[in-house]
Amino acid sequence: MMSTEKKLPLFEIFVRSKRGLDHKHVGSLHAEDHTQALEYARDCYTRRSEGVSLWVVKSSDIVASQEEDASSFYDPMDDKPYRHATHYELPEEVNNM
Amino acid sequence: MTEFKMNEAELEKVFQKRIDDEQKIEPKDWMPEKYRKNLIRQISQHAHSEVIGMQPEGNWITRAPTLRRKMVLLAKVQDEGGHGLYLYSSAETLGISREEMVEALQTGAAKYASIFNYPTLTWADVGAIGWLVDGAAIVNQISLQRTSYGPYARAMVRVCKEESFHQRQGYESLMVLAFGNAEQKQMAQDALDRWWWPSLMMFGPHDADSAHSSQSMKWKIKRKSNDELRQSFVDQSVPQAEYLGLKIPDSNLKWNEERGHYDFGEIDWDEFLRVINGDGMCNRDRISHHVKVHNEGQWVRDAMRAYEEKKRARELKKSA
Repeated sequence: MMSTEKKLPLFEIFVRSKRGLDHKHVGSLHAEDHTQALEYARDCYTRRSEGVSLWVVKSSDIVASQEEDASSFYDPMDDKPYRHATHYELPEEVNNM
Repeated sequence: MTEFKMNEAELEKVFQKRIDDEQKIEPKDWMPEKYRKNLIRQISQHAHSEVIGMQPEGNWITRAPTLRRKMVLLAKVQDEGGHGLYLYSSAETLGISREEMVEALQTGAAKYASIFNYPTLTWADVGAIGWLVDGAAIVNQISLQRTSYGPYARAMVRVCKEESFHQRQGYESLMVLAFGNAEQKQMAQDALDRWWWPSLMMFGPHDADSAHSSQSMKWKIKRKSNDELRQSFVDQSVPQAEYLGLKIPDSNLKWNEERGHYDFGEIDWDEFLRVINGDGMCNRDRISHHVKVHNEGQWVRDAMRAYEEKKRARELKKSA
């Protein structure tokens, strides 16, 4: 039987493992609101001091590109090797640029 | 808004200890108001430099000598716009809006690197900018990868990764000129003559005369002093000029065995001040062009906003 209870929204959790590093996605959980999500995330994802800071973001707020779109997103980059430093061959004497 | 449980003096102690321990400061941390202001000034100036820097090079996109050079230059100018974006976003984490920063640029309240107020007279200037101006920027930005503010440091890591291509393409294109016929070589020399001193000015005033330096060093916003960075740039550039067979326009440039560095002549600080205070060759052009393009884009911003509002109204109606 389906419960009539209102479903809790899903939150995505990001942990900053160390100052200076970016927050990294670690997983998701259900919670009533952002504050509760933060508390649950603490209990769920940082039990062994995995981080110094947490971000919680409503999953419904995340818009993602699809892998099927990869070609239209990234193909145009494949024929632009000149965007890479290694494309420019410099003589040994000045190659430390 | 984040709430803090300590008083200001305690917070400041924690803050300075973090800096002393080589820890990064992150957006939601408490920070002294002056640290915030100082960072906003430096990061927004850095962002403005990336964006205004697109103009002198953009000047040659339609006249690049080959299709390859044109594609390379387009890609480079596009990168600079991207670097401006990384930097504006990192400044925005400090509580200033993009609109405020753009206005400060356009009214002259905020500065940008004075070098972009010099004109690009020949194709060789594009190569010289890549080699020298991007070269100088890299020296500065490598040290800024260790700056104390996390978002700024991370933006610098990304920028440095992309910047190496900029310098190499510039040097490669100058090699073609320097090893070409007499006229081409002269073009390369002329570009070096005009861009050398403004490149040295990019590092700012001498340490003793720098208004923001000592506080910025204490807070580790800056990791190396203006003079230190300028010296490393000179040291790395001399052999590069020699390889091209070009002469750096400084009669005082000499290897100093004792110091293990090149000695070099004094910068024309009057020129530096004149240009930074708005009276260089292209200052007015650069800003009026920025204002013009910004205004011309107003209808795009308006249309995007109107479309968003319409879409929202439609969704609201559907769910009602």
